[in-house]
Amino acid sequence: MLSFLKSGNEPKAPAEEKAGWGVRLRQGLARTRQRFGHQIGTLFAAHRKIDEELYEELEAILLTSDVGVEATSHLLEELRRHVKRDALDDAVQLKAALKRALEGLLAPLAQPLDTADHKPFIIMLVGVNGAGKTTSIGKLARHFQSQGKSVLLAAGDTFRAAAREQLAAWAERNNVAVIAQEKGDSAAVIYDAITAARARDIDVVLADTAGRLVTQLHLMDEIRKVKRVIDKAEPGAPHEVLLVLDANTGQNALNQVKAFDAALGVTGLVVTKLDGTAKGGVLAAIARSRPVPVRFIGVGEGLDDLRPFDAAEFVDALFD
Amino acid sequence: MFDNLTQRLSQVVKTLRGEARLTESNVQEALREVRMALLEADVALPVVKDFITHVREKALGQEVMGSLTPGQALVGVVHRELAALMGGANSTLDLATQPPAIILMAGLQGAGKTTTCAKLAKWLNEQQKKKVLLVSCDVYRPAAIHQLETLARHLGAGFFPAGEGQRPLDIAAAALDHARRGYFDVLIVDTAGRLHVDEAMMQEIRELENTLNPVETLFIVDAMQGQDAVNTAKAFADALPLTGVILTKLDGDARGGAALSVRQVTGRPIKFAGVGEKMNGLEAFHPERMASRILGMGDVLTLVEEVQRSVDRNEAEKLAKKFKAGKGFDLEDFKAQMQQMRKMGGLASMMDKLPAQVSQAAQGAQVGDKQVARIEGIINSMTPKERRNPDIIKASRKRRIAAGAGVTVQEVNRLLNQFEQTQKVMKLVSKGGMAKMMRNLKGVLPGPR
Repeated sequence: MLSFLKSGNEPKAPAEEKAGWGVRLRQGLARTRQRFGHQIGTLFAAHRKIDEELYEELEAILLTSDVGVEATSHLLEELRRHVKRDALDDAVQLKAALKRALEGLLAPLAQPLDTADHKPFIIMLVGVNGAGKTTSIGKLARHFQSQGKSVLLAAGDTFRAAAREQLAAWAERNNVAVIAQEKGDSAAVIYDAITAARARDIDVVLADTAGRLVTQLHLMDEIRKVKRVIDKAEPGAPHEVLLVLDANTGQNALNQVKAFDAALGVTGLVVTKLDGTAKGGVLAAIARSRPVPVRFIGVGEGLDDLRPFDAAEFVDALFD
Repeated sequence: MFDNLTQRLSQVVKTLRGEARLTESNVQEALREVRMALLEADVALPVVKDFITHVREKALGQEVMGSLTPGQALVGVVHRELAALMGGANSTLDLATQPPAIILMAGLQGAGKTTTCAKLAKWLNEQQKKKVLLVSCDVYRPAAIHQLETLARHLGAGFFPAGEGQRPLDIAAAALDHARRGYFDVLIVDTAGRLHVDEAMMQEIRELENTLNPVETLFIVDAMQGQDAVNTAKAFADALPLTGVILTKLDGDARGGAALSVRQVTGRPIKFAGVGEKMNGLEAFHPERMASRILGMGDVLTLVEEVQRSVDRNEAEKLAKKFKAGKGFDLEDFKAQMQQMRKMGGLASMMDKLPAQVSQAAQGAQVGDKQVARIEGIINSMTPKERRNPDIIKASRKRRIAAGAGVTVQEVNRLLNQFEQTQKVMKLVSKGGMAKMMRNLKGVLPGPR
């Protein structure tokens, strides 16, 4: 029962937490690793030599991890080039090379979010329906609080039933204030929140918005307006536009990144629900065709399970 | 990157021309393209492999009919097999039991269970005249129960309240009792989203299923889901005696390969498709249309049906004539068409359903619903002569129209541009002919240009 509360409410010493994160990431990605790592493991155990069959199997593994056709062929080409150049003939060397190639692809995405240069630092969260925006806000609030920052939430999802109440519940759990309105539109609520944040000397404002599919053009227009209004409330804001992506999403994640980026100029990604099975692969596809920094990844239901993204750690967790 | 299978295959088709039957050699390359297209549409790899083997067997030795090229014939086979795999005819809910008939909803977090519960309640109430009780056993996500309650109140459906401190099993049992006493026909049980690898949560939903013994246990899947759909579906199907699947968020631009994976793994029919956030956004699932979508071939049949449903007949006939002529399509018609489109859920959703070639040509004409009102305003500011003959609208007329509609001259220009684009689409449609588009549905491509 209440599994997310359990891990969320256990107080942890900061040092232990830091050490624990690597472990937790590994646990969170355990299933991915089990499948992906296991597949890779058996593959390299069965193939001593580098041959076409090996490449084909490798291709299958990458594809089933949502890496996508384009990024997969890119990675394989890189491998082939590498094998040729360094005259590799051992399958084990190939594994290391694949790991390096994947890491090389993902490394540019690992750029942590710095909220120090503005106050209030205004973060706008956007995404399709059910990606996990509201839940991510709850976890982000915790993250910034643990850095000693004051946080204010803006209940900008004025469309979905009970979205406001959901955010209020997260606010209560974290003991932060939330600005909401009985009726009214998203832009107005967020405008109010920013005004309140200035008055209360708040460090970080997290603005929720309603989920929208990128094909709903009028809703994409609406979110452009929300951004314009934020800029009016605080010139230069939002300082960060975070697109929340469900790690379960397949190649459509690319469409989402492209469409939201075209509409708003996405400055960072939050990848949620990485604690299931496949996962992670879609990041490679994004890195390949529309690189946007991955600010946070979510690997569990606990309040502390949303953390900054580290490419090496991520790839390590996949392979070990 | 190729946009879709249609384009991919027209490439391959060029190399395949002039052969009278599909052979091992000419099919090989084309099938590789099919494989790529399916993978890009997020069909799970094991399912793709099975499918390709299956299609190869079916396709080999097929005579290439009449005007078709082998590539076209192959897509025909692929499309037919895809549709067949996704369930043949569409099947609906089976609620033949002593009331209340219980429907249990299960799925991952964020799949759209709660919204779908409400849509289903509305559908059952309106289409089947059922008295529906909704209950949420989601005590985990904050305000999930409140969300369903709000939706139920909005629909006027029954709702069984529960607190977040209660056990899901107790809530379900109490709701069932309430449904019996209140003579409800159907009880829809919403559950918390859960990961299929979360043993405790899977055990919980197994217990719910055991206690309730539902007549329908539905698995809710996000159409955007990737390769992992195959694993989640398998785990849910192993844990629960699923009776069907509902595919959600089909109004997005995901190709929806998850549909095929889930169908293949669970062996259960996809009973409904969720489209849009409005409560009437639940449609019967049509395998052959989904096949077209996965292959990127457009969904002309749905479009035709929507047109039939919401377009006034006379208006449609008038429009159809203009379609055919490809000329004489003036701003008056453009306005009428805009209004019709608004009834059909907007231009964007309509464009989605057109075959790739047409929708690409029409891309310049994409407009949001709000702009439609503005466009009407602009057209209303024109004289009848101008509407019939837009070519005469030059600078001074544009200034007058802009002033009349309260917009800038640029916006008038944009409208005229859009109109021109639309006229082009009309010509394209009439050149291909409606008949040709219909044949498309049976898996035949218009020849490469």
